[in-house]
Amino acid sequence: MSRLAEGGLIERRKALQFRFDGRTYRGFSGDTLASALLANDVVLVGRSFKYHRPRGIFTAGSDEPNALVELRRGARREPNTKATTVELFDGLEAWSQNRFPSRAFDLLSVNNLLSPFLTAGFYYKSFMWPSSWWEKVYEPWIRRAAGLGRASGEADPDTYEKAHAFCDVLVAGSGPAGLMAALSAGRAGARVILCEEDFLFGGRLLSETYAIADRPAANWAMNAVAELRSLSNVRLMPRTSLVAVYDGNGYAALERVGDHLAIPASHQPRQRLWKIVAGRAVIATGCHERLIAFGGNDVPGVMQASAIRTFLNRHAVVPGRSVSLFTATDNGWRTAADLARAGIGVAAVVDSRRHVNPALVAAARRTGARVFLDAQVVGVRGGKRVRSVEISTDGHNALTVPCDALGVSGGFNPALGLTSHLGARPRWSDAVSAYVPDALPPGMDVAGAARGIFSLSGCLADGARAGAEAGGRRTEVPVAEGECSDLEPFWRTKRSRGKAFVDLQNDVTEGDVIQAAREGFISGEHLKRYTTLGMATDQGKTGAIVGQMVLTALTGRAPEDVAPPIARPPAVPVAIGAYAGLHRGRDFRPTRLTAGHAWAVERGATFTETGQWLRAQWFAREGEKDWLETVSREAAHVRAAAGICDVSTLGKIDIQGRDAGIFLDRIYINSFSTLPVGKARYGVMLREDGFVMDDGTTSRLGEDRYFMTTTTANAGRVMQHLEFCHQVLWPELDVQMISVTEQWAQYAVAGPRSRDALRKVVDRAFDISDAAFPYMAAAGITVCGGIEARLFRISFSGELAYELAVPARYGDALIRRVMDTAADTGLAPYGTEALSVLRIEKGHPAGNELNGQTTAHDLGLGRLMSSKKDFIGRVLAGRQALTAPDRPSLAGFKPVERGKRMRGGAHFFVPGIRIEPDHVEGHMTSVCFSPALGHWIGLGLLKRGPERIGEHLRAYDPVRDEDFLVEVCSPIFVDPEGARLRV
Amino acid sequence: MRITCPYCGERDSEEFSVQGEVAGPRPRPSDYGDADVKAFHAYVHLRANDFGLTREYWYHGNGCRRWLEVSRDTRNHAILGVAMASGAGRR
Repeated sequence: MSRLAEGGLIERRKALQFRFDGRTYRGFSGDTLASALLANDVVLVGRSFKYHRPRGIFTAGSDEPNALVELRRGARREPNTKATTVELFDGLEAWSQNRFPSRAFDLLSVNNLLSPFLTAGFYYKSFMWPSSWWEKVYEPWIRRAAGLGRASGEADPDTYEKAHAFCDVLVAGSGPAGLMAALSAGRAGARVILCEEDFLFGGRLLSETYAIADRPAANWAMNAVAELRSLSNVRLMPRTSLVAVYDGNGYAALERVGDHLAIPASHQPRQRLWKIVAGRAVIATGCHERLIAFGGNDVPGVMQASAIRTFLNRHAVVPGRSVSLFTATDNGWRTAADLARAGIGVAAVVDSRRHVNPALVAAARRTGARVFLDAQVVGVRGGKRVRSVEISTDGHNALTVPCDALGVSGGFNPALGLTSHLGARPRWSDAVSAYVPDALPPGMDVAGAARGIFSLSGCLADGARAGAEAGGRRTEVPVAEGECSDLEPFWRTKRSRGKAFVDLQNDVTEGDVIQAAREGFISGEHLKRYTTLGMATDQGKTGAIVGQMVLTALTGRAPEDVAPPIARPPAVPVAIGAYAGLHRGRDFRPTRLTAGHAWAVERGATFTETGQWLRAQWFAREGEKDWLETVSREAAHVRAAAGICDVSTLGKIDIQGRDAGIFLDRIYINSFSTLPVGKARYGVMLREDGFVMDDGTTSRLGEDRYFMTTTTANAGRVMQHLEFCHQVLWPELDVQMISVTEQWAQYAVAGPRSRDALRKVVDRAFDISDAAFPYMAAAGITVCGGIEARLFRISFSGELAYELAVPARYGDALIRRVMDTAADTGLAPYGTEALSVLRIEKGHPAGNELNGQTTAHDLGLGRLMSSKKDFIGRVLAGRQALTAPDRPSLAGFKPVERGKRMRGGAHFFVPGIRIEPDHVEGHMTSVCFSPALGHWIGLGLLKRGPERIGEHLRAYDPVRDEDFLVEVCSPIFVDPEGARLRV
Repeated sequence: MRITCPYCGERDSEEFSVQGEVAGPRPRPSDYGDADVKAFHAYVHLRANDFGLTREYWYHGNGCRRWLEVSRDTRNHAILGVAMASGAGRR
């Protein structure tokens, strides 16, 4: 065990068992998977992406490029999980990735030897021939050899939620700056949300041995958190990463509610995606320590100097028995000091700088470490773990120093990705040799290390400032121990021995950057895409800038001459499930049910989705062999006796006001101000561009009151259109409208015996005889002994028919009552398929014909267009192309060989003419088997269709490989005189 | 994005739907001839599509159902003003 005997923020009384690559280990509560592995001397944790080189743990946070594991098993298996951010739990199971057959012995490490062929752009240059090998040989091989973890391939068994929150001040990060910002704002009474991606608050303070206000930093942090927790206006959100910034002070945060459990609690989601609207935000996300490009900088045991302190101070883990440091900053020296204090041997401190604070040097020498200034690490020896480092002071001769771990500190990258989500670019700061935030989105501030302030006292003061400016008040800044935080940029060792990586996750070497530059990829964006520098799960947080700076130097530019990098959301990987939330499967969108739904279920209906609605498609009876038999029976029954169909899903709009008639005259192509009270009329409305928008029946219920129906699909769009016309175009009209779609349950009762059926429920006071209530009558009535209802004598089927509406709460009772009492009339339910058969037999256009590309003329409804008034769409409906005589227009079709089954979508061609797109005469829009005629019939749009009755055409359907002759006929197949409507 | 509806106050943009740039007044047709077609063609189809300040129609469909005229900067999505669109297509 490489665990210190005492210290650290772990609960030694809570021991946890976990498995890695099948072996059982022990850790403690408070460990991450990474710290627990190191505590068990597991240094080699996986293989690299391309070369299959042994890799270890490089960081202690979400910037980890190497230690990616598959976490959990079965459907919960999650690939590419950073071991450094996984909170250890009892029973955790994880597997290393990219190894074959094992992480210690990997056959594919032969890639490392093939590396001369796998350099930048190898995808673009190799595998070119033979081209047929790409899919069969090359791609499967590459996918096997390169790549990350395996997805489970099963449906995610866990649930995810979305939630909303509002606050005055949102603070991201709970290090010294974040805590001070939250305290300043919270003490002033502002509503504060403090998000921390870790499971403990305190950020960097948890990993340091500094003193703040004469207490250890971690203790100070815990006191600050306790104070924040006591404030009712402050909400603390641990395990929550701020992942995106949106316009209007919107932020997205991912809360890992159950990721630290083997299985989320039964009442809890696995993760919760928050949408937070914040008056102000303080980004205090700290910084990432960056690597240095030198030979062997990827050997397991090479780590960020700051990560070594995290493992040492926070997790009480010994990262090595003898540790060297390679640093360009004072931070490396601090790690040496902490190691020595814990009794761990420091082999060497190598600093690239010529001048280093003498106090640091003296302190290091006192620990017995060898000190090299103006020196470089040029190579690392050791395959699966560091054995020694090679140090050169003159660039030529190297000295070998044995050690088993190497801490690296090349400088710091402020974690400023969130500041550029809306497009703002950071700027280069020579003072700290890093990109720092420049212009910020409205309402956003950045504090502490994220802003390029790397000293503890500076972070505390800057956090207090940001909190006060965000609406808090000045708060006392605690005195922190003074510390050294000097640095000089250092990117690469000139004469490296072995591969020097600038991107550990994507196996991009310094050599790849040099090659890319040689081949002309000298812009940062091109370099990224050519070499994959800075891509994938860590987004190059520790190394991409090193690669970019190598390129900058090669091309003789200064950092400020090149475009700074910007980041896109999300800042850390977010599972698709979290974005979907509860909108999965059937819950993808709301399901709307009609009042008669339960009744239809009891009757054994098969349902179909119509937008959000579920509608009964047909009601199969025992012994029926398929849907076609059922639907034909239902349709035939309507024509022979009576049927009832739930049409509640039609859009219904109540329109009232003195000018309601004028308003409708301007909406519809035909006139409604002339419609008598108590009458219904079929209406067609256009879009302003002249094409048909929707159709439906509108009734006049009173002098100033109309009741409009729309198609199910267009209900919302028509409502929006009416509101636009009224509010924007004609606000002077005295008219008001409201959607009442859900207020009324409506049933179509159709067939020669429909009146007899209705008489069973319509109260006797209302005469519904043909004389008293003729075709197209509409009236308010009562049913079943005084229940308010509306009756319309309208027909979609061409039979004697009515639509009966009752308040939705009576919808279920009404259908049951009608079916009970009207049994002797033969009343039977029919679904939307039979409804469609009946309308095709009558040549009524519906969704397939109202497709947004047809005019009223095309649909045979041109005669309805009034020439006495202006209406929406009238002018542009008169455009030349929309009135051209050879536009495809509605016609009927039947197979010449009557037994043929027709298909929607078939294209029409004149027989004997070559089949090519220019010769298409039109297409079939709707087809059905007509029980009335005993064969298949169709509606279609055909050039000059109405003039070509009797002509034979080819119905050509290359998709289904069908080609036969059809005869053009009138679209009205049944009762063309309409006699059945008026009985 | 947040839109301050004059009727409902500041709301999330998910409650609204956008119709596009404000098109100017709806022309008054005279004889439904070529001149009218030209005027309506401009009204229906021609938009400046400026990179910068635009005026757009937004519909508060999941709120008060009012049509709004929103002044918005397409460069940064900043919303500079929201007013009822009442009569905007007539002025």
